[in-house]
Amino acid sequence: MIMAALSPGLLFLFPMWKIYLTAPQYPEGLEMHIWVNKITGDTEGALQNFNILNHYIGMEAIHAESFTELKVMPYIVVFFMVSGVVLALIGKRKLILYWAGLLMLGGAVGVLDFYLWLVRFGTHLDPTAPIKIPGMTYIPPLLGRKQLLNFDALSLPSTGSIGILLALIFAGIAYYLSHKKKTQTNALT
Amino acid sequence: MKALNQRLNSIAPRLSILAVLLAGIILQGCGGSEDTNAKNESIAENAAEAVYVPPGEHDELYSFLSGGFNGQVSVYGIPSGRLLKVIPVFSQFPENGYGYNEETKPMLMTSHGFVPWDDLHHPKLSRADGMADGRWLFVNGNNTPRVARVDLRTFETVEIMEIPNSAGNHCSPYPTNNNEYIIAGTRFSVPLDTKAGGIADESISEYKDKFRGSISFIKVDKEHGDMELDFQVLVPGFDYDLANGGKGPSGDWVFFTTYNTEKSATLKELGASQKDRDYLAAINWKVAAKYAAEGKAREMPANYYHNKRDHNTHKATSTVKKTVRYLLPEECPGMMYLIPAPKSPHGIDVDPSGEYMVVNGKLASSLPVFSFSKMQDAIKVKQFDGEESGIPVLKYEAVLAAEVKEPGLGPLHTEFDGKGNAYSTMFVSSEVVKWSLKDFQVKDRIPVYYSPGHLMIPGGDTREPYGKYLVVMNKVTKDRYLPTGPELLHSAQLIDISGEKMKLLLDFPTLAEPHYAQGIPANLVAENSVKFYKLNENQHPEAVKSEKDVSVTRQGKTVKVNMTSIRSHFAPDNIEGVQVGDTVVFHVTNLEQDWDVPHGFAVMGANNAETLIMPGATQTLKWVPKKEGIYPFYCTDFCSALHQEMQGYVRVSPRGSNVPIKFNLGEPKPAPPAQAGMD
Repeated sequence: MIMAALSPGLLFLFPMWKIYLTAPQYPEGLEMHIWVNKITGDTEGALQNFNILNHYIGMEAIHAESFTELKVMPYIVVFFMVSGVVLALIGKRKLILYWAGLLMLGGAVGVLDFYLWLVRFGTHLDPTAPIKIPGMTYIPPLLGRKQLLNFDALSLPSTGSIGILLALIFAGIAYYLSHKKKTQTNALT
Repeated sequence: MKALNQRLNSIAPRLSILAVLLAGIILQGCGGSEDTNAKNESIAENAAEAVYVPPGEHDELYSFLSGGFNGQVSVYGIPSGRLLKVIPVFSQFPENGYGYNEETKPMLMTSHGFVPWDDLHHPKLSRADGMADGRWLFVNGNNTPRVARVDLRTFETVEIMEIPNSAGNHCSPYPTNNNEYIIAGTRFSVPLDTKAGGIADESISEYKDKFRGSISFIKVDKEHGDMELDFQVLVPGFDYDLANGGKGPSGDWVFFTTYNTEKSATLKELGASQKDRDYLAAINWKVAAKYAAEGKAREMPANYYHNKRDHNTHKATSTVKKTVRYLLPEECPGMMYLIPAPKSPHGIDVDPSGEYMVVNGKLASSLPVFSFSKMQDAIKVKQFDGEESGIPVLKYEAVLAAEVKEPGLGPLHTEFDGKGNAYSTMFVSSEVVKWSLKDFQVKDRIPVYYSPGHLMIPGGDTREPYGKYLVVMNKVTKDRYLPTGPELLHSAQLIDISGEKMKLLLDFPTLAEPHYAQGIPANLVAENSVKFYKLNENQHPEAVKSEKDVSVTRQGKTVKVNMTSIRSHFAPDNIEGVQVGDTVVFHVTNLEQDWDVPHGFAVMGANNAETLIMPGATQTLKWVPKKEGIYPFYCTDFCSALHQEMQGYVRVSPRGSNVPIKFNLGEPKPAPPAQAGMD
């Protein structure tokens, strides 16, 4: 269970989601990395380059400061890690299930929130934008590939998200093992 | 029989022309329009394939060709012959503002003032352990003696040092095997005033007694490449033509060709061609450095500029040096020797092993090859043939390894393939001649078009040549391309030297007049190429790193504009309050942090060029408006879909007007698009 509790820590070491862009004039590609607490890119200037490109279509500039989530999420992850360790020490089997359930719910809420942001950025366009294409919105894909004007956008969960997956797997193992242990103890008494 | 062969060889080009004519007649007779592959039997069958670099792929090698009288270096890909870049060095370059903007103007400062042109002859790559290391390119300015350093991370000229006591810095710049020294010899000897410093006012008729040459030893910082003139050797009043460093066993030596040992001051084409022999001068640079370090060097007043461009401030600054140290060879035994060489030799080239010094006697009928080991022996047993101005002259026969017989007419330069062969250009007979360093016999010859000067085998002057290609730089072009009026570009030719027979692969036009070139495998340079300057490392005192910090301020009659550029606007783009006669100083910082997004800046009526600002850099353009009105400025480099909108206005009011300084970008509300914040 300790392993399950520590796994979400990967979110602090790796981005949880990556959006890859390529275009005819960006053969080397452009990447945006979404972390639990920040937004970066594959290079130092990547975020600025995203914003420069996006301003032509009137998309709002993306800055880490504009997302309350990035300030709150680290605490939620820490909460899961601490509570996971506490659970491991208490050893109450049923709580593991609740913990995992809550973590899944948290993950789902996170993905939903991410999707809502994508919709917001893709549709709330400045009416004074220099490039306006009737009917065109620019919602990047949540998962998978989509063509947005000259850009081919690919969106995939990244290494950080594996932390949540691992947490769930380890929690499952912990639940299963403690079940065996319990039945063994029962058999002995 | 040998003579007959030679005769055949010398008429071979003519025979091939005859063959072309015949072929033409035959083909026409058949009514066919077969291509003219038969034009020259020396064209490789697979020539098209051998030089074809498919779209999107890269060349195998970089080559750096000097531009001669354009004062620039041209960078070509080999084998494609595609022009990749022009690097301005000694010449103003309106294309990017080099020598026009305030940051780079100091690069062209000399003790004679601002000299915006020079004659750039010899590129030499920096070296590590006798091999080109791809860090820097050193080049010489011939006319107003200067040596420059190009940084191959940015392909920009970063340093120019004037050479005092020199006139016609032709015999320059030659690096030793680990860049311990860059060596620069004077072509013209001049009267040197060791008391007052510099070149004296003497009667030209006193040439023989008063005129001296100088050879400069420039130290190079191992890590950063910065140059420093360590000392000079004041040599007899000959003309010093070309030089090259030894390698391996001869690594401590540098060799110089001399002409006009007659010391004639006028009508040199005759006056300097009277003696049958001039000299190959040999200087042991280690011994010279030791003498200089041990106090043999005297000091004399001097006045020369040293200009350096800082990578982080993007600014060049000049310092003026006031003294120079010098050694006199007659006071430094064991440092310098003279070897008789055929009349008025041109190139001196040392083979990869360091044993053979090939002297290209342009007026001689044979090509003498000297032996370094024999030279050492001759020095040891003092096989001297008298002395010249206190410098021992070695016996010709004692140092000679062999003479290459009947090499061709007018040998100028030689390079090596690392497989035991040497290749020499023949200016007069217009050919490249391949000969063996084993038996000193001519092995092959190929006509070139026309009259070759220098030739270059990538690494052909180093310990291990890349013996696959040879580039020959011709002095006469005539009918090689579509005619372009009286002035033609010079022509270079790429020759395959991988086999026994040389094969012509490609003709390509070159800018101005290449005098020499260097080639290097692409990976040694490409991997270090800078994509853009980091904005957070920009230390230009007038840089603005965020649009919210832009400003326009008046200080007396100067209006300082600290502005930014980013796709696709300048900040600010409306400026008022400038008056006629003000000096407007635009400091433009390019906020971009992406590859290949320069922004240019130009303002109407400026008596200046544009300036092209690389991402992350700051550059400054000065403008003095002469008349009131509205003056547009705009981005000159197509940067984005909205490039054509990247423009602004400056309002110029009459002198003494009460229009206040005012500037803005966009209407006060709503906020302008994409404020590029630097978080």
